[in-house]
Amino acid sequence: MSKPFLQVDGLSKVYPDGQGGDLTVFEDVRFALEKGEFVCIIGHSGCGKSTILNVLAGLDEASSGNVVMSGKEVKGPGLERGVVFQNYSLLPWKTTLNNIVFAVRARWPKWSKEQVREHSERYLKMVGLDHALNRKPSQLSGGMRQRVSIARAFATQPELLLLDEPFGALDALTRGVIQDELVKIWEETRQTVFMITHDVDEAILLSDRIFLMSNGPNARIAESVKVDIPHPRARATIFQNPAYHRTRDYLVDFLVNRSGSALPEKDGSPKFVEPASGDVTPASGPSESKAESAARAVNA
Amino acid sequence: MASLNVRAALLSVSFLILFLGCWEMATQPPEAQTGMTEYELLMGGADQESRVPPPSAVIKLAWAELSDPFYDAGANDKGIGIQLGYSVYRVLTGFLAAMAVALPIGFLIGMSPLMYKALNPYIQVLRPISPLAWMPLALFIIQDSDASAIFVIFICSIWPMLLNTAFGVANVRQDWVNVARTHELGPLRTAVTVILPAAAPTILTGMRISIGIAWLVIVAAEMLVGGTGIGYYVWNEWNNLDLASVIFSILMIGFVGMLLDLALGRAQKLVEYKE
Repeated sequence: MSKPFLQVDGLSKVYPDGQGGDLTVFEDVRFALEKGEFVCIIGHSGCGKSTILNVLAGLDEASSGNVVMSGKEVKGPGLERGVVFQNYSLLPWKTTLNNIVFAVRARWPKWSKEQVREHSERYLKMVGLDHALNRKPSQLSGGMRQRVSIARAFATQPELLLLDEPFGALDALTRGVIQDELVKIWEETRQTVFMITHDVDEAILLSDRIFLMSNGPNARIAESVKVDIPHPRARATIFQNPAYHRTRDYLVDFLVNRSGSALPEKDGSPKFVEPASGDVTPASGPSESKAESAARAVNA
Repeated sequence: MASLNVRAALLSVSFLILFLGCWEMATQPPEAQTGMTEYELLMGGADQESRVPPPSAVIKLAWAELSDPFYDAGANDKGIGIQLGYSVYRVLTGFLAAMAVALPIGFLIGMSPLMYKALNPYIQVLRPISPLAWMPLALFIIQDSDASAIFVIFICSIWPMLLNTAFGVANVRQDWVNVARTHELGPLRTAVTVILPAAAPTILTGMRISIGIAWLVIVAAEMLVGGTGIGYYVWNEWNNLDLASVIFSILMIGFVGMLLDLALGRAQKLVEYKE
């Protein structure tokens, strides 16, 4: 069996709890990603999703365990892993275009000025911002800033894209529009993406698989849920697919009823489930109203 | 209704006229009495008191000085432009030297908590020392009055720049540093392309404070070392009991100080950014 593109083994993070003891946020996190996969990770606050993402990005260090990408151990940040932060993290003294140019130059230092500019403009066009090249981030709306941030990450063509709840700070309408754009860019580029979200619908729209985390402390990635809906997907029509509802019910049930107690397989890898095939029924069978209110809570 | 600016300008001008009017009246010598002897008339009447010159005399002198600011008629008689030129030259030289030292060290202690802790005690002790207290030591070691004045400017401009640079650098948002890290920028490129622009407004604030202090200190320093410069000029005119010149040069000190501050203010505008 060939090695997966990204292999995460036995990852854990321990903080001092401030009273002389230790607090294990998550432990023995194991998973693998294949090239070209879009995977979302969902879990309640405090389960350490962001820390896992930061470890993958190389911005944070795990207390134990290791991450291997393309046969190389991940140590420290690198250009082969692009990050989109929740708060955009654009450099406010640079224009929209120069924020992208900054990244493209770092990625391909030998490119000529024209080449860098042409490449940067292409990616800004992809997110529909070619009219705002010379504006500063402070002159852009939150949605536009996040588009720039996404364009910056895609422009460097990393092997793995890490999105840390990229739409968390946006209003629902803007979020929908940018989700559509992200779907479009991803269809074009087929990047490998690892994304944190709190939004069940967003996760189903975007991902091939969804990791479900149990609650912290001592959180685990308990399940890996396959989203069996063919690409290309569209926000307007995806709910017509019966697999959408089965997957959604399954996710909501997990988050409401089972996230406190769920455990992975004995070997530590997440349980693989395919709710769309109909084999799996939510263990406790939530009523429709309960599921709906839970979905709202998760979206909020 | 006129705009706020116009109204403010009108008010400013009327304050000035009021002030100058009061000043002029308060400094008039009493009317020469009739029946004075020829000697009394020659001596300016019965008025034996020395007075602050009226604004009309100061303005007349200012006009004469400013219409020929760069004349040089010997060591004790140079135009106001030349004197101010010496002072500005000393301030800028000392200031630039301080910049060359303060910015790199500020970066260092801003980026390294270790260096901050190691150097902070020295900074805290050296900072409150009046710059003029260094003068005797500087004169003894450097053995040159001009260079000693420049050294005093150097030592007084260094602290605000150093501390502001360190503060600005230490408080660059972690997100921006992370952007540099995820793009694999080396330490030097991170410093130049991310940390410097991010900290630039704070650094410029420090530079602006420094140049203000330097301009305050140069007057006192030049009074001590003598020879040239606006500080020396003030003191020299005081020794000549030429109070009109003293008042005129005080105004010029204020005016040039304002120009220096404006220049730094402009520079600050250039590097400012909105988040």
